[in-house]
Amino acid sequence: MATFVEAIRQGIWEEMERDPTVFVIGEDVGAYGGAFKVTDGLIDQFGNQRVIDTPISEGAIVGAACGAALLGMRPVAEFQFIDFISAGFDLLTNYAAKCRYRWGAGIAAVFRGPSGSGLRSGPFHSLNPESFFLNTAGLKIVEPSSAYDAKGLIKAAIRDPDPVLFFEHKKLYRLPRLREELPSDDYIVELGKARTVREGRDLSIITFGATVLTALDAAEELEKEGLDVEILDLRTLAPLDKQSILNSVRKTSRAMVLHEASRTGGIGGEIAALIGEEAFEWLDAPVVRVASIDTPVPYSPPLEDYYLPQTKDVVDAARKLAAY
Amino acid sequence: MDNVTKTNSSNRRRRRPPGREIRIFTKYAPRRAPDGQALSCTTDTTLRPEQLLDLYRYLKLTRLVEERLVNLYRQTKVVGGVFRSLGQEATAVGSAYALQPQDFLTPLIRDLGAVFVKGIRPREIFAQYMAKAWGPSGGRDLNIHFGSVEKGFIGPISHLGDMIPVMTGVLLGARMQKKRIVGLAYIGDGGMSTGAFHEGLNFAAVQRLPLLVLAEYNHYAYSTPTSLQTAVRDLAEKAAGYGIPGHIVDGNDVIACYEVTKRAAESARRHGGAVLIEAKTYRRKGHAEHDDQRYVPQGEIDWWEQHNDPIDRFERFLAEHQVAGKEQLAEITASVQREIDEDVEWAESSPMPDPEQAAYGVFDNSIVPPALRPKVLEK
Ligand SMILES: Cc1ncc(C[n+]2csc(CCOP(=O)(O)OP(=O)(O)O)c2C)c(N)n1
Ligand SMILES: [Mg+2]
Repeated sequence: MATFVEAIRQGIWEEMERDPTVFVIGEDVGAYGGAFKVTDGLIDQFGNQRVIDTPISEGAIVGAACGAALLGMRPVAEFQFIDFISAGFDLLTNYAAKCRYRWGAGIAAVFRGPSGSGLRSGPFHSLNPESFFLNTAGLKIVEPSSAYDAKGLIKAAIRDPDPVLFFEHKKLYRLPRLREELPSDDYIVELGKARTVREGRDLSIITFGATVLTALDAAEELEKEGLDVEILDLRTLAPLDKQSILNSVRKTSRAMVLHEASRTGGIGGEIAALIGEEAFEWLDAPVVRVASIDTPVPYSPPLEDYYLPQTKDVVDAARKLAAY
Repeated sequence: MDNVTKTNSSNRRRRRPPGREIRIFTKYAPRRAPDGQALSCTTDTTLRPEQLLDLYRYLKLTRLVEERLVNLYRQTKVVGGVFRSLGQEATAVGSAYALQPQDFLTPLIRDLGAVFVKGIRPREIFAQYMAKAWGPSGGRDLNIHFGSVEKGFIGPISHLGDMIPVMTGVLLGARMQKKRIVGLAYIGDGGMSTGAFHEGLNFAAVQRLPLLVLAEYNHYAYSTPTSLQTAVRDLAEKAAGYGIPGHIVDGNDVIACYEVTKRAAESARRHGGAVLIEAKTYRRKGHAEHDDQRYVPQGEIDWWEQHNDPIDRFERFLAEHQVAGKEQLAEITASVQREIDEDVEWAESSPMPDPEQAAYGVFDNSIVPPALRPKVLEK
């Protein structure tokens, strides 16, 4: 039975075994095994030439990953917390993202790290940064919600010829609920494909990452009321699996987008616009967004709970959506 | 440079013991010319006559290509701005010439000469400036913003400093691939103030990667004088902060630039470790063609033009040492001019890009479809 974190570790491990160009770079990823132990044991197996501890220097991590990728290497770069991705923002958005477009040099690199709120970690260790990057052409964005997907997606991300941002909700790392038996064979989960987590007739909840679990909890409650909820886990946010979103909405005619990042400028708005443009005639109700409020992530439990979308918020919104 | 410490390069060691003094080498630093004499170039060189003429060719190529670009700009055939390296050509050419073919470099906008040394042809530059389909980026980016991994040329992006960590990564990758290459990254007196510069050089130094950073002290960053950019007097002093050696070189002496870079490259190739080379030079044109240089004290540009032009100095050297007569140099210049004429013609004959090409190549299009403009309200 593998945890979410173990699944990611296995995925990186297997890719490093399979392909000598794959290497890991980041802060404390070597002997310490990374702040969340995602790279635990890699240095013993692959040595310090392929598991590289860096200074506290996100610009150096991103820049060096790009440079190595130009030579045909496949770096897996870690941000100790995804919040620190802002310190590498320039190189990610200006160098990694634009290289192929400018001169055909694809940057086959993965930039990964622990993201997400709900762990009482305050304004600087709780980020969901997908919206910072959705408006940058040239970056793929992946966020898994199960151990199976985490392993399959990290392996696909490492093999992908373009830069992939890989966000791992840290609440999921060791969540007993996500333990599962992983296939023993070498599998990947293709990027750009959403997954229907739960089939339903009455309304669609479109989500990804940890809020897939929130949606599942809400669906269970709503089922008792006779509401049959469909849940779509996007898995990849860029490029977005538009077809799966539209298929689900055309089936249920009611859509909610649920995410943990703040509401304004979040991916929810983008998805709502897509549905509005492409599936307007199928809708029986406005698309609703359930997301965090427009504040930094607060530290104190009552504050953070208020900030985050809770199961109850999803249930309430779903009832209104169904009754509209 | 009277306050810098000069130590003998022969007592360098792999690791600097604690307390060892800062090492800044000034053997090829700018020197005043003997009284009444005009500046020439250093005679302390191993360059052979044919190599010296090669250098001359690259210097003239750089200057004449830029002059041609200015003409094309005035004819509105250049879409963006034109950036000159007038008066700085020796820094780029001399340093790049010191590399081996397998080595990598990443230039600044004022290092066109280095791009030519790496085997990029003038036609690629002309087509790129004119935003043509046949340019190396197919019209997607400007000037020297492209690259060729095969040629060891990694074009810059606008964001100053970013190429230092990128080149560090190239060298990290090369080390994993057991390639013995060095990387040369250019940076300006302004660009050195960025965080990316610091992050890249610090990481390269920690990893003992063979990174040569060539800092161009050309007195200005856009309109800002170097005194408002940094509190050090010589940029080479900054080497101490990274635990690496520094050099000061006369950036308008092409031979000195070659020799310093050559030695630094050989040492880095053999022993690893980053090196900071500061080239003292002067930007005689504005930041770009639009800049009227109102912030430059009167007479300053004239002084550099009359007393310290890198091509004049090198011609003097070539004459003093009977490497080539006036006629031979004129022949080289004529052949450069012919190449430029041909290449401009080629670039002008290129079509502009097909508009729809804008949608291609964000991702590998065999996996992600091109970003074509969507049809609105069309079922
Ligand atoms: C990070 C960043 N900030 C601002 C600019 C705008 N800019 C372009 S060139 C330049 C001056 C550069 O001066 P320097 O580094 O000394 O190089 P030089 O032009 O003298 O060769 C500035 C401010 C930029 N390109 N990148
Ligand atoms: Mg400058």
